[in-house]
Amino acid sequence: MNKYKDIVYLDHNATTYLAPEVIEKIKTLLEPNFANPSSLYGISLRAKEELEDARAEMKKLLGISSGQLIFTGGGSESDNLAIKGVAYANQRKGKHIITSAIEHHAVLHTCENLQKQGFEITYIPVDDQGVVKLDELKKTIRKDTVLISIMYANNETGVIQPMAEIVKIAKEQGVLVHTDAVQVIGKLPINIDELGVDLLSLSAHKFYGLKGVGALYVKKRVLLDPIINGGEQENGKRAGTENVVGILAMAEALKVSLKNAKDEGLREKKLRDKLENGLLSSIPESFINGKGADRLSNTCNIIIKYIEGESMLLHLDANNICASSGSACTSGSLDPSHVLLAMGVPHEFAHGSLRFSFGKLNTEEDVNKVLEVLPKIIKTLRAMSPLWDESKKTN
Amino acid sequence: MALYSDKVMDHFSNPRNVGEIEDASGVGQVGNPTCGDIMKMFIKVKDDIITDVKFKTFGCGAAIATSSMATELIKGKTIEEALKLTNRAVAEALDGLPKVKLHCSVLAEEAVKSAIDDYYKKTNGKGLDGYNPKKFDGCHH
Repeated sequence: MNKYKDIVYLDHNATTYLAPEVIEKIKTLLEPNFANPSSLYGISLRAKEELEDARAEMKKLLGISSGQLIFTGGGSESDNLAIKGVAYANQRKGKHIITSAIEHHAVLHTCENLQKQGFEITYIPVDDQGVVKLDELKKTIRKDTVLISIMYANNETGVIQPMAEIVKIAKEQGVLVHTDAVQVIGKLPINIDELGVDLLSLSAHKFYGLKGVGALYVKKRVLLDPIINGGEQENGKRAGTENVVGILAMAEALKVSLKNAKDEGLREKKLRDKLENGLLSSIPESFINGKGADRLSNTCNIIIKYIEGESMLLHLDANNICASSGSACTSGSLDPSHVLLAMGVPHEFAHGSLRFSFGKLNTEEDVNKVLEVLPKIIKTLRAMSPLWDESKKTN
Repeated sequence: MALYSDKVMDHFSNPRNVGEIEDASGVGQVGNPTCGDIMKMFIKVKDDIITDVKFKTFGCGAAIATSSMATELIKGKTIEEALKLTNRAVAEALDGLPKVKLHCSVLAEEAVKSAIDDYYKKTNGKGLDGYNPKKFDGCHH
């Protein structure tokens, strides 16, 4: 069924295609599911029922026994709702928020926005493997700290953060914990009750669902102000007529992804490891970011010294290989990846980073193609790089 | 929509005049690794004419394409003509650049000037008259 057979797609952390089961599900939903779930006639009530069935199914799959699962317009909205919602609702307790240096911009820019409104933000550093420094976290918690927001796994490096320890530290001090789990949901089996976080963001298009739909888990008794005001949908926490088709498709996508998440994870790990070993042995002056840490099994983030990421991506694209880079040129800003910089990777090397993220349709052939094509590209680009010459003179 | 024009992609994929000139009359280098782009340009000058030019660049697609185009535009030209090369002319010759990449064309113009400055330093000991190298140390092109 692989419609993408001419393309080697290795950017699943950016987005995924729809799972075939999800496409089939959507086909059955498009026509009959037009009714507004908030209306009072039969077809609306059925839409409402299906929506609540989807919510119940997702809660069961995610290990949520109580609390709310609020449907949103995606991961960024979930992060905004979690952080701003908690910040606004708990202002009397305090205005201090802790996050990490490696968060997604949906979290970082939300915190910056709150800072402009008088909130105080502390950014916890990470070690050279990209793991949040827990001793720093402990030291940073204050009486007026209302929220700790730390991602479950990083989108660039795949490095998994010690959530259990973070929750333990937070609970001892009575601080709420939010985690952006966008890169984890669908990839790893999860039980949110056991994880113990108070809020958790997820996004459907990272696990073979549609774009523009996600959810935020909110534990019971957590005070949360809505950030989109309007109707009483989602218990008054998120106004707007629900994206019924998107939500039902998301529940299906989650079911399909979690059904064999463990085996699929192992399969992708084999491919990822083969790619990493192959690249490291054929490309001198290269290294893997976060290799010593617990990582998502689908993610490879490699630094190729003395050349720049966008040039590599353009050549890869010419060979029908899709990947991404943390170079400044690909981020649209002047600085390379804040995640790599936070890990202590020097600017000049961060410009030469590439991320390959595996998914369901990848095969060993894909790995072989990258291993055949990329070393040649690197050779060409290094041959025209003045930094490569300099490095050879000094070494 | 493609990020770059066909011409940029052509010069990126098949860059002209890549390499070094061992007995170059002038060598200029601009940019820095922290910002993610460095251009090094080598010129050979005979009777005031740039008879050969080569470059080496570390950078994105636009950095490589603008270096390549700049070398084409000054090869065979007099020093005086080469000094008239503007970043806009480089960008126009490439059928335009995305706004965020315009600094690459500035870098290309600077690389040419820097190489000519070095040539003058070697010949008249003073360098290019009125040449004030742009600083590229803050990544704010």
